[in-house]
Amino acid sequence: MTGWMALTPEEWMAVRLSLWVSLVAMLASLPFGILVGMLLARGRFWGRAVLDILVHLPLVLPPVVTGYLLLLTFGRRAPLGAFLAEHLGIVFAFRWTGAALACAVMGFPLLVRAIRLSVETVDRRLEDAARTLGAGPAWVFLTVTLPLILPGILAGMILSFAKALGEFGATITFVSNIPGETQTLPSAIYTLIQVPGGETGALRLVLVSVAISVTALLASELLARRMAKRTGD
Amino acid sequence: MTGTSLEIDIRHRQGDFLLQAAFTAPAGLTALFGRSGSGKTTLVNAIAGLLRPDHGRILVDGRPLLDTSRGLHLPAHLRRVGYVFQDARLFPHLTVRQNLHYGHWFTSRAERTADADAIVAMLGIGHLLGRRPAALSGGEKQRVAIGRALMASPKLLLMDEPLASLDDARKTEILPFVERIRDEASVPIVYVSHSVAEIGRLATTVVMLADGRAVAAGPTAQIIAQPDLFEGSDRAEAGTILHTRIDHHDHEFALTVLSCPAGRIDVPAIPAPPGTSVRLRIRARDVTLATTRPDHSSAQNILTGFVTAIQATDAPVTVVQLDCHGERLTAQVTRRAVAMLGLRVGSSVFAIVKSVTFDPTAVSP
Repeated sequence: MTGWMALTPEEWMAVRLSLWVSLVAMLASLPFGILVGMLLARGRFWGRAVLDILVHLPLVLPPVVTGYLLLLTFGRRAPLGAFLAEHLGIVFAFRWTGAALACAVMGFPLLVRAIRLSVETVDRRLEDAARTLGAGPAWVFLTVTLPLILPGILAGMILSFAKALGEFGATITFVSNIPGETQTLPSAIYTLIQVPGGETGALRLVLVSVAISVTALLASELLARRMAKRTGD
Repeated sequence: MTGTSLEIDIRHRQGDFLLQAAFTAPAGLTALFGRSGSGKTTLVNAIAGLLRPDHGRILVDGRPLLDTSRGLHLPAHLRRVGYVFQDARLFPHLTVRQNLHYGHWFTSRAERTADADAIVAMLGIGHLLGRRPAALSGGEKQRVAIGRALMASPKLLLMDEPLASLDDARKTEILPFVERIRDEASVPIVYVSHSVAEIGRLATTVVMLADGRAVAAGPTAQIIAQPDLFEGSDRAEAGTILHTRIDHHDHEFALTVLSCPAGRIDVPAIPAPPGTSVRLRIRARDVTLATTRPDHSSAQNILTGFVTAIQATDAPVTVVQLDCHGERLTAQVTRRAVAMLGLRVGSSVFAIVKSVTFDPTAVSP
């Protein structure tokens, strides 16, 4: 009965890699997401509209285009890719780090959007109150702004994670489909569908995907409820 | 209680509105009085550092917070100016206790003069400490907000119509706390209000703002004695502030007899022991003048004095200033009455006080 449900080692590898890549993508993009979300919500600077478009571009571009642009920018021969590899030892091309980068870029608009919306709802008069109580800009952010936008940050994190789990086009274009290195769940499913007799494996991975997604959604719902209870709204 | 505590001279343009206010005030409670749109909140925000005026100087007890001529603009968080907002602005994600300690935490150890237990006890918020702001009533929120500002050991306390959003019952609940802070916590207070009753009860100094300008500033009794400084219905609220002392109680008629240099004044019983000082406000319109002592009258409070000034006006109503044994008393009567009684500066008169608004909790033994 359960025999067909057992994952093969290769399939396990894809599941583990996918979770790892998504987690890294989410966490690594979080500080940037908060920064850009704050900038877009509050900033009054030249080029704000450009930044806004740039951030949202992956949402509307065909993922293959995004993947190819990443390849052009961060590939081994690309100037930025070569610079990072030489000076910081960070290589993206055909590595799991590249998969994480692709996932982060694709999930970034969702992350920023959620954070930006919650920043816009923060009552700035509360921040003024904190200033009169002796809190400098950094402390105002840490003790007032950040706790108040936490629900938005969590929502953005979950969206970014979910997007990363499902990301296929940009990843496969940028870092290809190498088992154990860049073969995430969607790529693995795609590969299994392509080969004769792979349907069972594909079905197993599909079920795993559904399970992970449902868990993520439940977790976000639970978190949202707890947050609401804390602030008593 | 001497010397200048607050020195302000600022100019700030905000769209079409020009705030151009200059005044000084001694220690105690300085009330900024004016209609909405007169620039009160703008001025208070400038003192707090939440707004950067185009030009000007702000000094608190000699310490400059702003001096644009020297390029000095102390950031809000370094000013040590407590601010009680009209809407309490408690942090919704923190408990009452955490709200109270917020400013305390940012105050350097050497500057921490606030006594948490004393503040909590004074404001009667001990039972609320574990709650979140969402679970507090309006009056409770405002009390916590006052406590939060005091806990930061401020050098100056700003209160921007802290009672405006409360109903009358809650106002009476908060007023005594403001008085206690004024009297016990030696922190100068700037109090924004558009209620004559509030400033009459609380203020040491009144600064009148109109269209962004400080049109008058001075001791409360002196400002409030000039109905002309007030507009509309507030004019009828102007009058006299008398500092009296409870002489004795008349239990048979449930009255309290107050004494002051001007004479004795009976008011409905005040639940406080003899010797307690009571701040009385007598509306100018509640004072009737007579040239002979009225013998058969329901009005019991009759003070004697002489006319020091009669306002020259074409309006039907005029203002007569009296000197009652050294105490100033303001009466608002019709111009015709002045003519018929033949009142002139120096005339002896009887001032009949129809009713008084008094403040039994403004007590200091």
